[in-house]
Amino acid sequence: MSHSFDDISTQLRRRHRRSSRLKWISMGALGIAGLFLVLFFADMLAKGLPAFQQAQIQVEVDYNEDAQRMGRAALDPEVSRLVSRTFERLIPVRMRDNPELLGTTETRWVLADSEVDQYLKGHRHKLSESQQATVEALVQQDRVELKFNTTFFTSGDSKMPEAAGILSAAVGTVMTLLVTLAIAFPIGVMTAVYLEEFAPDNRLTQIIEININNLAAIPSILFGLLGLAIFINFFGVPRSTPLVGGMTLALMTLPVIIIATRTALRSVPDTIRHAAFGVGCSRWQVVRDHVLPLAMPGIMTGSIIGLAQAMGETAPLIIIGMVAFIPDAGSSFTQAATVLPAQIFTWAGEPEQAFVEKTAGGILVLLAILIFLNATAVVLRKKFERRW
Amino acid sequence: MQTNQLLAMFSGVLLLMGLIAFFLGRAKAARVRASGTAMYAQPDQYAWFAVVATAGPAITVGAIGAFLMLLLGAEIPTLYLLACSLVVAAIGLMVGMRQVKPDFHARQAIERVIRWILVAAAMISIFTTFGILFSIIFEALRFFQMHSFWDFITGTVWDPGASFLAAAGRGDEGGSAAQFGSVPLFAGTFMITAIAMLVAIPVGLLSAVYMAEFAPSRVRTFAKPTLEVLAGIPTVVYGFFAAITVAPIIVDVAGFFGLDASFNNAVAPGVVMGIMIIPFISSLSDDVISAVPDSMRQGSLALGMTKGETIRDVVIPAALPGIISASLLAVSRALGETMIVVMAAGMRPNLTANPLEDMTTVTVRIVAALTGDLEFESAETLSAFALGLVLFAVTLSLNLVSVLMIRRFREKYRVNNL
Amino acid sequence: MSRHESSRPEPGQPVTRNNNAHHELSIRVRDLNLWYGQTQALKNLNIDIYQKNITALIGPSGCGKSTFLRCLNRMNDLIPSVRLEGLVEMDGRDVNAAKMDEVALRRRVGMVFQKPNPFPKSIYDNVVYAPRMHDLVSRKPEQDELVEKALRDAGLWEEVKDKLHQPGTSLSGGQQQRLCIARAIAVQPDVILMDEPTSALDPISTATIEDLMDKLKQQFTIITVTHNMQQAARVADYTAFFHLGEIIEYNDTRTMFANPATKKAEDYITGRYG
Repeated sequence: MSHSFDDISTQLRRRHRRSSRLKWISMGALGIAGLFLVLFFADMLAKGLPAFQQAQIQVEVDYNEDAQRMGRAALDPEVSRLVSRTFERLIPVRMRDNPELLGTTETRWVLADSEVDQYLKGHRHKLSESQQATVEALVQQDRVELKFNTTFFTSGDSKMPEAAGILSAAVGTVMTLLVTLAIAFPIGVMTAVYLEEFAPDNRLTQIIEININNLAAIPSILFGLLGLAIFINFFGVPRSTPLVGGMTLALMTLPVIIIATRTALRSVPDTIRHAAFGVGCSRWQVVRDHVLPLAMPGIMTGSIIGLAQAMGETAPLIIIGMVAFIPDAGSSFTQAATVLPAQIFTWAGEPEQAFVEKTAGGILVLLAILIFLNATAVVLRKKFERRW
Repeated sequence: MQTNQLLAMFSGVLLLMGLIAFFLGRAKAARVRASGTAMYAQPDQYAWFAVVATAGPAITVGAIGAFLMLLLGAEIPTLYLLACSLVVAAIGLMVGMRQVKPDFHARQAIERVIRWILVAAAMISIFTTFGILFSIIFEALRFFQMHSFWDFITGTVWDPGASFLAAAGRGDEGGSAAQFGSVPLFAGTFMITAIAMLVAIPVGLLSAVYMAEFAPSRVRTFAKPTLEVLAGIPTVVYGFFAAITVAPIIVDVAGFFGLDASFNNAVAPGVVMGIMIIPFISSLSDDVISAVPDSMRQGSLALGMTKGETIRDVVIPAALPGIISASLLAVSRALGETMIVVMAAGMRPNLTANPLEDMTTVTVRIVAALTGDLEFESAETLSAFALGLVLFAVTLSLNLVSVLMIRRFREKYRVNNL
Repeated sequence: MSRHESSRPEPGQPVTRNNNAHHELSIRVRDLNLWYGQTQALKNLNIDIYQKNITALIGPSGCGKSTFLRCLNRMNDLIPSVRLEGLVEMDGRDVNAAKMDEVALRRRVGMVFQKPNPFPKSIYDNVVYAPRMHDLVSRKPEQDELVEKALRDAGLWEEVKDKLHQPGTSLSGGQQQRLCIARAIAVQPDVILMDEPTSALDPISTATIEDLMDKLKQQFTIITVTHNMQQAARVADYTAFFHLGEIIEYNDTRTMFANPATKKAEDYITGRYG
């Protein structure tokens, strides 16, 4: 009845093959997932890095009579089509502000039209044959160059790709996140403190807990509906503003902060609490003076991660109108504003080819900030990690 | 005067009164203590109690007034309301000062207040859920007053058409009547979700199997956070990736096989969504597989099973509740995902089984209905809330089932960290 | 003492032989050493295990008896830091040889664990799973027959015959352990290793399992680790006493308990320590 090792081994050969096949397939799956990640970043870098360079062109500006009405008249007609219209529009304004300019000329580097930029980068463009020839000639004379794109960081949105930048969106993001943090952090920490340190284990507490887990899994767009129906239509918070955006995102961030804070509070050992109770502290004093300070690194880590999540959120903000065209950085929480992801969304919908790289450039900036935030969170956790 | 100027003045005065309360309270308490009387609490605690007594009732009165104005439409002039609160604050200040006496438990009083503040904070998350629920239900009901619920659930044509004209009182100019049959939207949503799951479940689950069962621990500590990067990428970025990079590839590949694919095909957003969801499945599955007790594996190996057979026939079945739970969460996530489909899927409600055609989803129509300059009262705008209601109901039930499954797993193996 | 010195046995053989038992060799262990990282857990073990007998391994906690048991079906392979030297021979083959397939070895050397660990499957599938994978049975009637036989041999059939398709985890602890035994004997191994099979069970279940072991030794070689001295005395034909990773004494059970050759074994058996 018993089988010899050799008999069994023969039968096993097939089964061993199948077993190692599972190993290779599962390894391959992980590899595929990793490959997706690599391809994704490679694609974004390839598309987005050119956005940090922008074609500039050296032109003679002749501040003549005609230029007071129409900026284009100040430029050599052959080159004028290659120059960004934002610059042409600026000429009459400059001449009005500085009347002494009239009759003078100057040579300066100005933004080239986005088509020139796209042509130089070898992308799809709309330059005619003769314009291409002109650009080539200018390149020979070193009068057209790709330079670092400061405009991208110093200006707001524009309908002209060469003049579009992320400044107003970045400012909007900062303001929105300030509101988010101001609301979500205190409420989140207080909720967690209540649930972990004060709450009796009753039905209400359980409902709150289930509810928090649930909130974390509700589609973000529904938070947008809430913001629209409650904050905007009911409470009359102005639409499209960092205030309403921040409030909406705060509700989304709340569960993340609560869950992180609870974990942090739970990791503070009970011996600390007992010691503090033992010297006559009240429950609140124990929490305020002993537990919270020890849990702070964990709370900060969770809050940063929550903020990073809120920062990338777009769908609810679209619903509450934060996709407006905002050329100038806002200065008030009740002024219409946009945020980085919403700016990316807007640009992605622009038909011009030049906006593709702007979009990808904006994405790179957003990803860089997110990576920075998450890395900070990781470092913070590593640095303050404590084994009790 | 403007409302916000009034508010600023009100806050200023209240702050001032708070400061006064603090210093007066402390001074009085210190005086009493200096006179040699033993007190129940520290002077600072009395001071804080005075502040709470001053500001608390005043703010409450102000908030109640504001709510009355908003909810019941009661016409209370803001000036009177704020003035009234300040009077309350003054009364509170006086009462608070009178309470500064040796036999008063100021600390306990403050801590009771703190406790109530904490409870109030905890209630906000409940209010959020109810806020979502009520805002959606309320507006959805208004929609269902205009269009029948039955048509909404069973209709196969989604054509809001000129419903915005009807809202503007020019309904007769709009031509054909608007139709709100949500079936094509749900068909599109499920199609894209199904494609996403076809990508995410095999890749995610197998990655989890590799990480939990085969990978050396160094690989695992590196691979898990790396995969989670995929979940941290903002969805708007995925949307761009799907629309600009993946969709043309799908069109080219389909063209290579002689198939005609739309640039807004369902495959591109589906695949990209699947990539996004991989870590949701892999992370949770990895945790669950690692939580399967080792005695199970040893029992199987000791019977002369190979490692692969052990994983397939013993470990995976044991981890199944957790894996299903992870997958349900992932489905819920995919159903509610918005940006990827808004940017990469179509706008046209299209009832088809061909994933290469363009089709639209529930979330796309919600966004479409609420952007643009539509009148809020129009049926199309309100239809967004009806769609949102269904989305809420579906995702909520998926989440709850998922929580129940993972709880069952946890109880079965007494694992606490899931 | 002089009695043993006069006929000094080969290393590993019991000092005296139980004349009622079979004496065919099942497993031969020579100079077995094992390290967990830097710590040596087994030192120079020599032991012969005889077929169709019950051999009990006793000794204080941490003496290496479970580790030794796991050498016999190479379950220690699962622990990365383990290093092993010496010979474990079965059927004339070194089980640790590179050519030896540990899966094939485990197919012939079954194991029952300290805590019952039924698979998350039905009672029926728990038993039939391994034989089916090993191609011992294929058709449904064969499977039914095998399940019934294994469960009968494990003394569980009468209790579960009406609920074969309920999950194995729905049984009581003692039943689960017998299910695990049924699962082990269903693949027809030569040897069954039992790692404190009754330590997690109540006295009645323990008695049932002990009776069962006595029946099973008609068909299988059983090696059992036990903490329970009375159990070893009740069921085992041979007993090996382990201490600090060494085999201090190996003898037939009756001699070992009535007249231990070494002081340490005597102290342990009489309950001075352990």
